[in-house]
Amino acid sequence: MLPYYQHIPFFSIVLMMIAGILTSIIRNGRAAMAVHLSAVAAILGANIVLFCNIVPTGETFLYQLGIVSHPFGNELVCGPLEVTLALTFLCVMAFCVLGGYKGIFEDIEPEKQNLYFVMCNLITASLLAMIYTNDAFTAYVFIEINTISACALVMAKDSGATLVATIRYLMMSLLGSGMFLMGLTLLYHITGHLLIIDIHEQVVHLTETGSYLLPLTVVMGLMTLGLCLKSALFPFHTWLPDAHGSATTSSSAILSGLVLKGYIVLLIKCIFSLFGEEVYRAFHVGDVLLILGTLAMIVGSVKAMQETHIKRMIAYSSVAQIGYIYLGFGLGGKAAAAAAIYQILVHAFTKPLLFVCAGELSEASGHRKQMYYLRGAGHRAKLAGIGFTVGGLSMIGLPLLGGFAVKFFLSDAALADSWRMWAALGALAVSSVLNALYYLPAIVQIWTIQDHGEDDLPTLPAVRPGVAVAVSIVSLALGSILLGVLCTPVGALISDGLNLL
Amino acid sequence: MSDFLSILWTQRYMVTAVILFCIGTFSLIFNPNLIKKLIGFDLMDGAIYMMLTSAGYIEGRIAPIVTDFSATPSVETYINPVPTGLVLTGIVVSVSVTAFALALVVRIYKKYHTVYLDVIMASMKKGVD
Repeated sequence: MLPYYQHIPFFSIVLMMIAGILTSIIRNGRAAMAVHLSAVAAILGANIVLFCNIVPTGETFLYQLGIVSHPFGNELVCGPLEVTLALTFLCVMAFCVLGGYKGIFEDIEPEKQNLYFVMCNLITASLLAMIYTNDAFTAYVFIEINTISACALVMAKDSGATLVATIRYLMMSLLGSGMFLMGLTLLYHITGHLLIIDIHEQVVHLTETGSYLLPLTVVMGLMTLGLCLKSALFPFHTWLPDAHGSATTSSSAILSGLVLKGYIVLLIKCIFSLFGEEVYRAFHVGDVLLILGTLAMIVGSVKAMQETHIKRMIAYSSVAQIGYIYLGFGLGGKAAAAAAIYQILVHAFTKPLLFVCAGELSEASGHRKQMYYLRGAGHRAKLAGIGFTVGGLSMIGLPLLGGFAVKFFLSDAALADSWRMWAALGALAVSSVLNALYYLPAIVQIWTIQDHGEDDLPTLPAVRPGVAVAVSIVSLALGSILLGVLCTPVGALISDGLNLL
Repeated sequence: MSDFLSILWTQRYMVTAVILFCIGTFSLIFNPNLIKKLIGFDLMDGAIYMMLTSAGYIEGRIAPIVTDFSATPSVETYINPVPTGLVLTGIVVSVSVTAFALALVVRIYKKYHTVYLDVIMASMKKGVD
């Protein structure tokens, strides 16, 4: 008889799927949103119970699905790291939907609003499945589910710009998942297993005997490349600004904060569970990630500086932030990977915060998104202005905010290695300065008091945020502040969890 | 030379699959026509499924369907059924992705009256929406 909490990961995924089916038959958009939010809340509660049960003991367990036993069946795996990521993603999911709900009901036709929440449910289910799965092929299937629902979220607004952004995103994603599947097939050819633990045993055996080294390199390259394409690592980021900049607020927040992270979580699984960290380092795939990560940090920030459209600016900043995560993987070693995972958590809170606040600020400026028209928007929508300031300062890396903790952990981890240290520290320094160069002017712009003698901006009334938006902004901001203040315990939790993978 | 040819022959499924995969990838990346891009994607997936099926096939054995209940079924009679199951799952996935993508292309065609991505991008730059 299994302890009751070991059933929680499986039932979380299934409950989210059932919520997806339910929302597809509910015709009313608001009722569908209620179903989605209550499903997320229920699963969040269950996962908190799971967290309390396994984190103190550091327990990791396997959960067998169906009656087929170990080498052939399908399995879930759950440990402290998995449950921490799941908790973060569920919280952020709820706040993204709450923060952008006005946009959802304005931008989408009334009879199609429930379908938006079908996609939200499917994304949550696939994110949970990608976190908890122990089977490489199941991971692939959920990658595709995630892709379709993410594309549907982008095109929900149904304007010409979003349709074209969606098709570009879809083509890039299809290429990525094709490459991942090809890598998986070759890996199955070589090892004859689909469960991650068994594949890992075979991979270690193969590298020790020195056989099939070239196919293994190809497999690692294909799977890593596939996941990089899908998580918008430079130079595969070209689809991202259009998709994130043109979609409705919730969609941008979900895509930037969660969907990209789902693929990175899978990459963590590939590096640490599937191939094993030593093997992955021996094949020098990490060095490529290091170079691309540093380039992403700099190019993303430079591109963001040139943008005048606030949502596109935040989207380009995502490219840079994804670069930080890959820098952590590229540095190699557990400490750097823990820093990368810390960045996943921080970015999952901060980026949706920025998108939600940008949505509110542009609404307070007559729905215009150019920086010029946002002057003084912070005075018209005070809470959103404060939220944007907190998010922007966290991105720059002000102490006591999440972004600072990430930069501290990353540079601490970089000191272990000589040539990588200079690359990493240099990129961190340049990127922080560049971040400051576009977030500070944006923050100054929204807090500048309108001077009616000089500019031709119309006087707009102040906007009071709805309760849902206020809850969302406050919680997301609190999340990024807490991650900065509590960096020691959370960092310890992550590195303990990483050691158990 | 004969060594190379014999490897080619024994690995013929793999070789064909890799060639098809490359053609598909090339067309998915470089062809401006959205429909042809999708055909490229299906070619990619088809190549992978062929490779998976060939991974499970064992010369001289039959599909794992028991018809003769009098004899005890032996493992030696049947091919490996796991890759076949994976291919079925994969086909379902790629059918749904293709359906979604084609629906999207239809919508784009209704808005822009073309399926060429370069033409669409050019008309977007000009601000014709």
